[in-house]
Amino acid sequence: MPQPLLEVHDLKTQFFTPEGVVKAVDGVSLELHAGETLGLVGESGSGKSVTALSVMRLQRPGKIVGGEVRFKGRDLTKVSDAEMREIRGQEIAMIFQDPMTSLNPVFRTGWQVGEPVRLHQGWDKARAMGVAVSMLGKVGIPAPEKRARDYPHQFSGGMRQRAMIAMGLTTTPKVLIADEPTTALDVTIQAQILDLLRNVNREFGTATILITHNLGVVAGMCERVMVMYAGRIVESGPTVDVFAHPKHPYTWALLRSIPRLDEERHEPLKPIEGLPPDLINLPSGCAFHPRCHFKVERCSRDVPALNPVGDTQLAACWVTQSGAELKGA
Amino acid sequence: MPETRPVQLKRAWTTSDPLVSVRELKTWFPVASGVLQRTTAHVRAVDGVDLDIKKGETLGLVGESGCGKSTLGRTIIRLLDPTAGTIKFKGEDITHQRGAALRAHRRDMAMIFQDPYASLDPRQTVGDIVGEPLDVHRLAVGPARRERVRELLDVVGLNPGFVDRYPHEFSGGQRQRIGIARALAVDPSFIVCDEPISALDVSIQAQIINLLESLQSKFDLTYLFIAHDLSVVKHISNRIAVMYLGKIMEIAPGQQLYRRPRHPYTGSLLSAIPIPDPLIERARERVLLQGDVASPVNPPSGCRFRTRCPRAKPHCAEEEPPLESFGAEHLAACFYPLD
Repeated sequence: MPQPLLEVHDLKTQFFTPEGVVKAVDGVSLELHAGETLGLVGESGSGKSVTALSVMRLQRPGKIVGGEVRFKGRDLTKVSDAEMREIRGQEIAMIFQDPMTSLNPVFRTGWQVGEPVRLHQGWDKARAMGVAVSMLGKVGIPAPEKRARDYPHQFSGGMRQRAMIAMGLTTTPKVLIADEPTTALDVTIQAQILDLLRNVNREFGTATILITHNLGVVAGMCERVMVMYAGRIVESGPTVDVFAHPKHPYTWALLRSIPRLDEERHEPLKPIEGLPPDLINLPSGCAFHPRCHFKVERCSRDVPALNPVGDTQLAACWVTQSGAELKGA
Repeated sequence: MPETRPVQLKRAWTTSDPLVSVRELKTWFPVASGVLQRTTAHVRAVDGVDLDIKKGETLGLVGESGCGKSTLGRTIIRLLDPTAGTIKFKGEDITHQRGAALRAHRRDMAMIFQDPYASLDPRQTVGDIVGEPLDVHRLAVGPARRERVRELLDVVGLNPGFVDRYPHEFSGGQRQRIGIARALAVDPSFIVCDEPISALDVSIQAQIINLLESLQSKFDLTYLFIAHDLSVVKHISNRIAVMYLGKIMEIAPGQQLYRRPRHPYTGSLLSAIPIPDPLIERARERVLLQGDVASPVNPPSGCRFRTRCPRAKPHCAEEEPPLESFGAEHLAACFYPLD
């Protein structure tokens, strides 16, 4: 196996609040290989966004209290702020959920899209504007010369997200982190943006971490998927295998609980009972055990590690690690 | 279940008639501009809608943001005043009703809102929130009121002992249950559910959908279920209406709409929705729509969808297609429908 492009090892990010310590990311490890699209799924509070922000060193007010982020032989948790700025500008780009607030309203869109090459590659205004216009065209904005002179408020939500993606791509980064890039958008616009991300991946070979709560988006976009719950990765593997034979009860229950457009008969949904955990007072043992159908005595006592289950998957579950199957009515 | 409350009828309305009947309904909002803030244009949020909602059914209403689905729902229960058209509820014209007459009907309708954080007053206890409709309509006082509130909390799966707690003590899913209890307080026959689960975590959404379904059969409720998530709408609805720029484009039973959409907009909407199955998802053909939704201030001439429609022809700009029948309970407004 080739050397991964980005390697996160046992990352821990915590928030120190008056109510207590929030272990937002609690020992996450992942590898991203060149050109692949990795899905990171979980609900709000599962730690998927904080994982991404920690990779970019944008986790403040949270603190990285442990672990490593290895990229091109360096540990990003240790490099200087100046070096990190260079990496953020040129090598790892991030796009955010809300295209309405991620662009500065007082600067023209083209100026902002050209900012990374001006700041990090020292290009002059005219050359930066040129690359901004060509990139706006590549992400499917009609009449890019004209639209580059528009302000963000003159763009629709989908167009702003395209502009954000264009901005991220001007320096042809190796890694693109997309944090819920389509959640704020309508479905027909979501389909356009996902299509664009697929093309970006194909054309520029950009490795992508796609963070989403939408399992349908993961199914269509990602070769590999990691499922997060309460700050930990509870399952990972090839998307096809994880969806066909989930090895963690949370993944299993989540897949059964969502209504599908192609369902044939009307049957009541099978919800996951209970509530997502309180991150300050996590349950003992496996954080999912209070909501789990399959729990055994050990689950409330010991935290399971992420270990191989089956040929291609990893799961942090005592039950499936002991060879039991996840089955239920 | 028999009707628990006598309903005053001017004409003979029977339960086989539509519970809600809307004709030519328009809700426009003025756009003011200039120093004098004169009305210079209108946002045509709802722009000529015909719709019947049958007693006991769930009618799903889908469309993208800004298509007018929430405005339509709010206009039907008279939270917004219509600009034109008629709204009939149980056979009675309520379009211009005011005062006591409108209040009497309001007791028969309720609404569940999207955001369980913004729609509950943080300074009221759960008991006050759920009991408020009882006070407004003078349905129960004293011990009877308290008993009714506890009963409502129990019905939506909350501990009746929570009456004296405040909204901030609850999670999103529990708050939505409080909102549902409040909607049920007046014992309505019709509830508008406006994106009731979109603000909730995925693992909680199924709990609320199942609750809404069980309440429907228990209390003989009729729902107008507004959402942008077509998978959820298809699951919960008997029929689905697809809205675009203030107009109904297509309406059909859920399975029929999914298997054989006739309006090109419905077709592309369906193909845009991801299915959580990698093998199916990778094999699907997508009809990607170009561009964005046009402005509701100045909608395109003829068919409003023509500016994004892959099948549009010159004729589509000249004339507005009417809703026409495509089989049992299936209507679509298109001159060049899908096969």
